[in-house]
Amino acid sequence: MNVVEANNIVKTFGDVVALEGVSIAIEEGMIYGLLGPNGAGKTTLIRVLTTLLKPDTGTASVAGIDVVADPVGVRHKIGLAGQFAAVDDFLTGRENVEMVGRLYNLSKEDAARQAEEVLTRIRLIDAADRPVRTYSGGMRRRLDLAASMVGRPQVLFLDEPSTGVDPGSRLDLWDLIEELVDAGTSLLLTTQYLDEADRLADRIGVIDRGSLIDEGTSDELKDRMGGNVVEVHVVPDDRATAAGALTTVAGGELVTEGQALLVPAIDGARTLTAAVRALDNVGVEPQDIGLRRPTLDDVFLTLTGHRAEERSRDEAQDLSQDGGRRV
Amino acid sequence: MTTVTGHRQRVKFSNALSHTAVITKRNTLRVVRLPQLLLFSTIQPVMFLLLFNYVFGGAIAIGGAQGGAAGSDNYINWLIPGILVQTAVFGATATALGLTEDLGAGVIDRFRSLPMARSAVLAGRTIADLVRNTFVNGLMLIVGFLMGWRFEQGIPKMLLGVALALLFGYAFSWVMATIGLVAKTPEAAQSAGFLPIFPLVFASSVFVPTQGMPGWLQVFAENQPVSIIANAVRSLMVPEQTLAALGLHQSTLIWQSFAWIAIIIAVFGPLAVRQYRRSVG
Repeated sequence: MNVVEANNIVKTFGDVVALEGVSIAIEEGMIYGLLGPNGAGKTTLIRVLTTLLKPDTGTASVAGIDVVADPVGVRHKIGLAGQFAAVDDFLTGRENVEMVGRLYNLSKEDAARQAEEVLTRIRLIDAADRPVRTYSGGMRRRLDLAASMVGRPQVLFLDEPSTGVDPGSRLDLWDLIEELVDAGTSLLLTTQYLDEADRLADRIGVIDRGSLIDEGTSDELKDRMGGNVVEVHVVPDDRATAAGALTTVAGGELVTEGQALLVPAIDGARTLTAAVRALDNVGVEPQDIGLRRPTLDDVFLTLTGHRAEERSRDEAQDLSQDGGRRV
Repeated sequence: MTTVTGHRQRVKFSNALSHTAVITKRNTLRVVRLPQLLLFSTIQPVMFLLLFNYVFGGAIAIGGAQGGAAGSDNYINWLIPGILVQTAVFGATATALGLTEDLGAGVIDRFRSLPMARSAVLAGRTIADLVRNTFVNGLMLIVGFLMGWRFEQGIPKMLLGVALALLFGYAFSWVMATIGLVAKTPEAAQSAGFLPIFPLVFASSVFVPTQGMPGWLQVFAENQPVSIIANAVRSLMVPEQTLAALGLHQSTLIWQSFAWIAIIIAVFGPLAVRQYRRSVG
């Protein structure tokens, strides 16, 4: 059964189309990673699914409940950890989690019991009675995650869970997220980090400019890139010549990635040898050349024509993410 | 799609009340746990009290100077009722600030993703601000008492006066909630909030009698709510025999005050709720 279903969701803010007919389905017990740059529409989709925003058109359900027809029903089934750690500095960690429990209609005793349980699980129990203002960024994020777990939601929505978390805590956070899913929670997380999606998600949806442009497991997406690539670095003056020569040996379209030329290598090492020869024939000496397995970054580049983290200043972005919050 | 249709869950009223209590407690704890907030929100009104009494007090002649305890020799008895209203109105700006801060920090999103009553966010905010205003006004009374302020019509009437000032402050919290939710950022909310407050508080009978103002301003000053409330509070505190000399008609002022409080809540309550729905998508 699908715990989350979105069908053809459209959402616009004024002239800006934040979501242009997005459909996804998440199976029970799965981590679904929504991968895309800032402004792709990830947050807007999360806000629609968590009943914070009404879609213009399209339908969505969570745990079989329609998000528009019965938002309160949906809220009983979900937990949300938004882009900012929405925890109160002046309360202790325990008070923060207990408050959410009370707002979830738990009795005082149940709220206290669940807070204890959740804080233990998230490994914050030792700091539970300290004010949150003494917490590190990673601890705040974990507390936010703890708060979203109160009420034992069936589906958790994590919007860029590792933003603002230092690299060490990030690994901890990933472990925690994996444990959650092992315990039976289904999870939708958004990320702009390819390694995060790669590591956590059972299924990845690549989203860009409000549309889902591809979907599959990490391996499927990489395979669609045509397997391996030969990565070639040449001096700028040689670029055009090199590109011309490499096209003849490429098993697909040549892609430019920053300073590098990526040659789809259907024949693996043989394509590499061919590439070296082709360059030699036109008198270009590569600065660096090598065979490598594609990363999700390559996938993204192939699908969208730009890198995942390049468009952080895009104007549509601020509108769709902030717009989701403010418009 | 596997959608369950035809059944729409609602938040129970008893739950909504308990949500409001939880949010009120949270907002109140913020002030208690961050003492600098309380400190600065009390220093300002006390400063107003001291400045107006000692700097302007000597120069301000009260119309009913012959009216004994409320006379110019005893400006503090004119000032305290006004200052209570002024403090409550200024204090209402905290509603705008608190809401914009919560919006910015994503706290409102967390609340809205929970199966809780939406009204609890606004109700819990305005009630917490009422609690804080009550504390600050209590402090003003103590400082005022030390400065020579006396109430002359007994404790119940004095308390009714304080309650009127606080209720008006509460009603004004809904104005500030609306402004805050339109302004969206704390900085904008701060400036926008004081736009209506300054003319209402200064072109009023809060600090000085309105008789000294130009005619056109008098018309405004005498009929606007802040003056009505300040005069109502005053009419419950100064000696009864001075009421006529000061031109204060107690029972009229009291019902007018309740009417203003009711009107402001009736208009700005729904406006704030509507704006809240819009600002959070």
